[in-house]
Amino acid sequence: MNIELVLFGVFAVMTLLSAGLVITARSPINSAMALVSTFFFLAGIYVLLWAHTVAAVQVLVYAGAIMVLFLFVIMLLNLGDAPHRGKPTATRLLGGASAVGLLAVLAVTLGRMNAQPAQLDAKGQAAFGTMAAIGETIFTTWLLPFEAVSLLLLVAMVGAVVVAKSRI
Amino acid sequence: MVPISYYLLLAAALFCMGMFGVLVRTNALVVFMCVELMLNAVNLTFLAFARMHGEGTGHVSAFFVIAVAAAEAAIGLAIVIAVFRSRGSVNVDDIRTMKH
Repeated sequence: MNIELVLFGVFAVMTLLSAGLVITARSPINSAMALVSTFFFLAGIYVLLWAHTVAAVQVLVYAGAIMVLFLFVIMLLNLGDAPHRGKPTATRLLGGASAVGLLAVLAVTLGRMNAQPAQLDAKGQAAFGTMAAIGETIFTTWLLPFEAVSLLLLVAMVGAVVVAKSRI
Repeated sequence: MVPISYYLLLAAALFCMGMFGVLVRTNALVVFMCVELMLNAVNLTFLAFARMHGEGTGHVSAFFVIAVAAAEAAIGLAIVIAVFRSRGSVNVDDIRTMKH
């Protein structure tokens, strides 16, 4: 039995279970906790795809910073459990049905694809997904988008303070 | 070796679960979490295609998606706080001022 396939199966099942818990949990705190475990299992899947650097960033930024922000806001608002499920309006039923339909279409299309990972030589294998290789790509080909993203983060930071503060 | 199609199928399933949550749940915070699920599914697709072609540009795209997700979370949660302060609720069914 292929160990890579076993690991993929475990991570995939755990990812989908945690994601299911995110959308079904009644209390937002439970949703957030399930989301943290989803991020961790996804980081494991990234490692299986040889994307070690992205997996590390996933744990640092998503499971660390963004989830702290979420938990802080949930606790600041001090929300209890959802008092009622909410009426199943026509819009909501149609939305749920369209999500299921999209999954069916994607599953049929991707199931027929039969794509295989690229065969890399030893040198390409050693360089693939490392911080050095990604850094070189970012700072040569994608330098302008990188600077634009840093500007975006600055604007988001200032904007968040302006929106959330009652009086300035 | 795991076929790339398996990763893509997992990403599709994750994306549709996130979409389901966005369309069905009423709590604005849970809706935001489901948006994060969808962004993660897209990241997984980028990384799977990067592995399929054996080049690192997909990893750079994943970085940019993570950065934009961080910005979105900051702004979105600030808006949730502002709405909660003026309405006392984060139920998206109660927030219909801009409807019609």
